[in-house]
Amino acid sequence: MTATPAPQEASKATRQRPGSDPTEDAQPIMRRVKTKLTSKWATAAAIIIAVVWSVPTFGLFVTSFRPAAKQVGPRSDGWWNAFIDWDFTFKNYVDVLTPAGSQSANLSQYFVNSIAIVIPVTIFVLVLASMAAYVFAWGKFKGRDALFIFVFALQIIPLQMALIPLLQFFTQTLQLPAGSYAQLWIAHTMFGLPLGIFLLHNFISEIPGEVIEAARVDGAGHSTIFWRIILPLSVPALASLAIFQFLWVWNDLLVALVFSGGTADVAPITQRLAEISGTRGARDYLNPAAAFVSIIIPLLVFFGLQRYFVRGLLSGGLKG
Amino acid sequence: MEFIGEKLLQVVIALAIFAAVIGLIMLLVDRAPKSVKDKVTVAGFLAPAAILMLVGLVYPAVRTSMLAFTDAGGNANGFDNFVWMFTQPEALTTLRNTVIWTVLVPLLSTSFGLAYAVFIDKARGERVLKSLVFMPMAISFVGAGIIWKLVYDYRGPNIEQTGVINFFRDALGMDPKQFLLDAPENTFFLIIVMVWIQTGFAMVILSAAIKGVPVELIEAARLDGANAWQQFRNVTIPGIRGALVVVLTTITIATLKVFDIVRTMTAGNYDTSVVANEMYTQAFRAGEPGRGAALALVLFLMVLPIVVYNARVLRKQREIH
Repeated sequence: MTATPAPQEASKATRQRPGSDPTEDAQPIMRRVKTKLTSKWATAAAIIIAVVWSVPTFGLFVTSFRPAAKQVGPRSDGWWNAFIDWDFTFKNYVDVLTPAGSQSANLSQYFVNSIAIVIPVTIFVLVLASMAAYVFAWGKFKGRDALFIFVFALQIIPLQMALIPLLQFFTQTLQLPAGSYAQLWIAHTMFGLPLGIFLLHNFISEIPGEVIEAARVDGAGHSTIFWRIILPLSVPALASLAIFQFLWVWNDLLVALVFSGGTADVAPITQRLAEISGTRGARDYLNPAAAFVSIIIPLLVFFGLQRYFVRGLLSGGLKG
Repeated sequence: MEFIGEKLLQVVIALAIFAAVIGLIMLLVDRAPKSVKDKVTVAGFLAPAAILMLVGLVYPAVRTSMLAFTDAGGNANGFDNFVWMFTQPEALTTLRNTVIWTVLVPLLSTSFGLAYAVFIDKARGERVLKSLVFMPMAISFVGAGIIWKLVYDYRGPNIEQTGVINFFRDALGMDPKQFLLDAPENTFFLIIVMVWIQTGFAMVILSAAIKGVPVELIEAARLDGANAWQQFRNVTIPGIRGALVVVLTTITIATLKVFDIVRTMTAGNYDTSVVANEMYTQAFRAGEPGRGAALALVLFLMVLPIVVYNARVLRKQREIH
């Protein structure tokens, strides 16, 4: 990711080498790819992909500001007409956010729930996963590697497989109160740990052994090494994992459906969104605004911290 | 807005309890006698995560596996649930759809992602172009479902269409189409939503891998007279093979588990159900936990070879270390 400018220049020269007349090639497929790699066609194809990928979200955004009559009913039309009528309103957003009876979307409550769920879970996973990752990377005990592979493999257990027994365990064995965040916090933390340990392990095991050895010689114990050396050095990896965890929990629907009970006291915004979009009715015109309220935070996090997100993906995907 | 204070209080209490537990562990690790210090450290640092994973993943997985051999009343019924799965037409449709999903989504996402990564490599505005395709990764499946319902929106013929695609069909003189209702192609239209989300992931990983291919290799290939396609085929592709495998397997696993898209867009109706969705329907809606568990088990078995493969690659890399 941190390529020096010089090789970039060099390879640019490689790609744009002269004399690459496409008509010289016999096989059509070779010619096509070659053209795209070397000419403006590549840019054109890229722009088409970019447009196709952006239009759906843009359409939702525009629709969310259109008056009800333009969205549903006999006088409605496609969102692109908004740029001809120039008829926009904030009313949809006011309606979905403010509480007004049981029929209202009442999203502000659920929005706060999502925040109250996601922040503790992210902290829990970061701390517990980095502790485990530290031991997996630097601890010495029998069966360490086998255990680590096992943890890695746990990622594969489909959530659906865990739901029924876990719900029974929470309500019957632990007697966790219904209508509190506790079940969601614990469930999300459990499901986030395998990936978290895996990602952090990749990073923590790359920390030079001399650094840790030097601290040990100076008389530092494990907890000191962990808090004073490992964690500060792992900030980039921790940031990546935090973003993953944040997005994953914020966007989750399945865990919420099973463990939240669905009330405005606990349920996150995705669950409410699925509810109001699942029922067709006179208030359909509020769905785009509601959807946008629910995706605005992830989008902000994403655009603000994209660098760390990408780095996390790469360390999880490429290093292994 | 008094509800915010109350909710905030719950969060603060939870964080305080958590901090106390972690503090206690650190204290124990520091105070342990020298002879067992390393063992106590391993145990103390590993225990919280290990207990949570055992209770939250291992134990439920075992329980669910056993549940797969019971009927709705909880009595053992041998392989009845699996017989049901492989004989009933609707269950077979679910299996067929899952296979279609797992073949098409990784293939299409990776192809689009690779093509896009190559096309925009070192282009002007690369970062912005990347963000646009990457953005769906941040959007929830529920949100994506609503976004694409809007794209696929259908209204009867001879009125103005509100969905983008039907608008274009209209403009081209074709009849509007009910994308989500007409089986079997509606499964394909749901798959597009997943491809839309996963392409960004493939693109980001592959783009970084492409940048990691040594320039000297490409240069050498060029000097040997390789054209752009040959350079791509014989130098870039082998250079990013590891990344390609990771992208394909990761997307395959994500696709096998996909639930929210089907749930929010069709709820599994009109022959669009997949195993992950059918499992939820059977276990939590139809009162058939045994069938749900059996579907979960099949899902697990489908995913297992991919994980074993990934784990072996991982082990190999650790040996090299």
